[in-house]
Amino acid sequence: MSFLRKKLDELKRPFNKGQKWEKFAPAFNAFDTFLFVPDHTTRKGAHIRDAVDLKRTMITVIIALLPALFYGIYNTGYQYLSQTGEAFTFLDAFIHGAWKIVPMIVVSYAVGLGIEFIFAIYRGHEVNEGFLVTGMLVPMIMPVDIPLWMVAVSVAFAVLIGKEAFGGTGMNILNPALMARAFAFFAYPTYMSGNKVWVSEASNIDAVSGETILGSLAAGKEVTYNMWSMFSGAIPGSIGETSTLWIAAGALFLILTGVGSWRIMAGGVIGAAFMGFLFNLWGANALMSFPWYQHLVVGGLAFGIVFMATDPVSAAQTFKGKWIYGILIGVFSIMIRVFNPAYPEGVMLAILLMNVFAPTIDHYVIEANIKRRKKRLATVTAKSA
Amino acid sequence: MVRKIFAKDNKIKTWNLGGFSTSKNIGFYYGNNLIIIKFARIFELTNFISTDSMSNDIKIRKGLDLKLMGLADKTIAAAPRSKKFAIKPTDFHGVTPKMVVKEGASVKAGEIIFFSKYSDRVKFASPVSGTIAEIRRGAKRRILEVIIEADAEDTFLEHGSKNVSGMSGEEVKELLLEGGCWPFIKQRPYDVIANPDDAPKAIFVSAMSTAPLAADVEFLLKDRMEDFKTGLEAISKLTSGKTHVSVAAGSSLADGLNGVEIHKVKGPHPAGNVGVQIHHIDPVNAGERVWVVGPEDVAIIGNFLNTGKFKADRLVAVSGSEAPKAQYFSMRVGTNVFELINKVPSSVRIISGDVLTGDQIANSGFVGFYHNTITLIPEGKEHRMFGWVPFLDNHIPSMSRTSLSFLFPNKRYKVNTNLNGEERALVVTGEMEQVLPMDIYPMQLLKECMAANIEKMENLGIYEVAPEDFALIDYTNTSKIEAQAIIREALDLMIKEVG
Repeated sequence: MSFLRKKLDELKRPFNKGQKWEKFAPAFNAFDTFLFVPDHTTRKGAHIRDAVDLKRTMITVIIALLPALFYGIYNTGYQYLSQTGEAFTFLDAFIHGAWKIVPMIVVSYAVGLGIEFIFAIYRGHEVNEGFLVTGMLVPMIMPVDIPLWMVAVSVAFAVLIGKEAFGGTGMNILNPALMARAFAFFAYPTYMSGNKVWVSEASNIDAVSGETILGSLAAGKEVTYNMWSMFSGAIPGSIGETSTLWIAAGALFLILTGVGSWRIMAGGVIGAAFMGFLFNLWGANALMSFPWYQHLVVGGLAFGIVFMATDPVSAAQTFKGKWIYGILIGVFSIMIRVFNPAYPEGVMLAILLMNVFAPTIDHYVIEANIKRRKKRLATVTAKSA
Repeated sequence: MVRKIFAKDNKIKTWNLGGFSTSKNIGFYYGNNLIIIKFARIFELTNFISTDSMSNDIKIRKGLDLKLMGLADKTIAAAPRSKKFAIKPTDFHGVTPKMVVKEGASVKAGEIIFFSKYSDRVKFASPVSGTIAEIRRGAKRRILEVIIEADAEDTFLEHGSKNVSGMSGEEVKELLLEGGCWPFIKQRPYDVIANPDDAPKAIFVSAMSTAPLAADVEFLLKDRMEDFKTGLEAISKLTSGKTHVSVAAGSSLADGLNGVEIHKVKGPHPAGNVGVQIHHIDPVNAGERVWVVGPEDVAIIGNFLNTGKFKADRLVAVSGSEAPKAQYFSMRVGTNVFELINKVPSSVRIISGDVLTGDQIANSGFVGFYHNTITLIPEGKEHRMFGWVPFLDNHIPSMSRTSLSFLFPNKRYKVNTNLNGEERALVVTGEMEQVLPMDIYPMQLLKECMAANIEKMENLGIYEVAPEDFALIDYTNTSKIEAQAIIREALDLMIKEVG
């Protein structure tokens, strides 16, 4: 270890202050600090610091994503192979999925981190770890057959317009991963919707149908999957979104580690269940009479609430605000699903909408605090007058 | 009692289990405490203040007790008398010293050596008798230390012993100003030495400490109760309002104190911070002033009035994992630490004060004017391979549950000064609120402070906070933001713009 450290320090020399590659120091530091927590000590303020840092927080989210990702890789193979009718093993399905999905992850990280590095060097700050999560999220919310170049363009759009244009990590208004998906959704609709894209090779092989449950409901068809398939995730859909079971495992991990906001997640579930229940009572069409508890486990709702709505930068920041924000995301997700069959995937639009309103929600929550303070001052002034 | 509190609310339901509910509140007994949960606040999860309506108990839920290695043993040794003592103007935030003595002059203990340039009634006294050895200056000729070479024995400037009960507030004030005791009295807002021209609405003394490894106040005052009482009587004459003394729940310190409001405070750090207590007892509004005095400083003031001598003696807890001997030492203010702890290796950081709010001092440096604790911890100038991986390096405590250290809340940790990461943009939300037990939005306030937006800062409660209240935010925040420095700078801006 000390050998590696020495070697790194040697390599680092040209990047130090006043040396010829000083400008590129952020790029080098990103690799250096990935290997080693730096030897920086406290200079002002508290003399000791907590073990947690942004890297640790972001990696925790990635760990939480892994169960859903692995299941998504398996499910990609499973959906394809079970429809072609060949006999297959778990491993066959997993390998089929990995061939599709690993390249998407590689492209997403390469493009996104490339842009992040360029901006870090240009702006002279360290590379922020935020994209580690975004880069993993983007492939997980795409249909499996989307061309790699579309992934690349979507990621570039999300990072450039969604994040860096606002000033970089911590400043963006919208969730960058959802920006990527929304961009792809509106720029290449034929690759992002319909009944031909949700199962691997469905657009090439006629025998394979690639329709999601929400898609068939919107088309007024019967749903043939049972509750367990929906919950465990053996259904067509975006790569990471199908398995509510494994998403719940990730959610549990996020809540236990304190990294993900349980308030937003709970709010989202409550809001969606409430809205689904209301529509059940109304029951004017197939989507409305789709049982509320099944609404919770199909489509991207669970994935969106657990991994996208909880992005702390674009979500509401106050405790009260998080409840309101979460509940409204749940409500709007189901509402968009039911009222607008052209967008059966309501959760994406619901979260983006609430991202825009999150600062407003916080504003009113904080305004209440300010009012309490002003009222207190007013009572004191009244007393002394 | 319940009916008394909610006299206006006629819908009280009493439960069999000893609880009750009204249309707006729910309550139950926990031991002797009546715990009231206000529905209006339930979503905020902040102010679960439980109040025993008979006394003025405060129960703090949010915060963090950091358990570190090297708790000072409760034995007292007399520190060897230093050859040199120093008063450091840098201990008095915002004070520009104007010297009244020159290098080489001889002074008595209690003689004024400098005063505040912009508030000339605030004077600073020499802690010992001796010769002014050096006026050490830093950049822009700013005075850093006034070093006094001590005589073998002190001769004191005599002010004559006083009977406090017969004195008026003005007389007490003049005497404290002349005697060099005024710097012990600080004010909120802004956390600076009190302006003697102000009329404070109340005075607060926090006779408890919850900071990591901090000196135990009950132990500090054990043998000084007479002086403490005299001091309390004296400072309570400085306000027309109330004087509040907070003690730790279960402490006997409050027994026999008259003429002051007693508050029993329970909860994790920063429950012992006077600012947190003020916030729960009688918060500071715009334009108001309250004064605060440290518990041992009250005893020093009392001793000054009882004897007529400025004899600023303290008990100081030398603590921390690297302390050669973790115990209490009795010493004079401004003592040189070298003679106390001898030479320590450069891999050890010496902190005058506690690990969260103290100042780093050199091995040849001097104990800070207000400090009751000296903490020695290892420097952390080392790389840790893959140290950012969750659940690795569990020997470093963490408030977040991304480290297994949360499973061992009672273990004492050896911590070093490593930053454990690098400064990043503010990303994580909701973590600062967990360590600030006030009805204040810390992250929003910090952001407005960074933007120097005075109106917003006022609205969000800048008058109610001091840097020390944000020390745990320094410690816990994921982005490694220097919250205390940001608050200090913002308070300085407020002093300049609002006054």
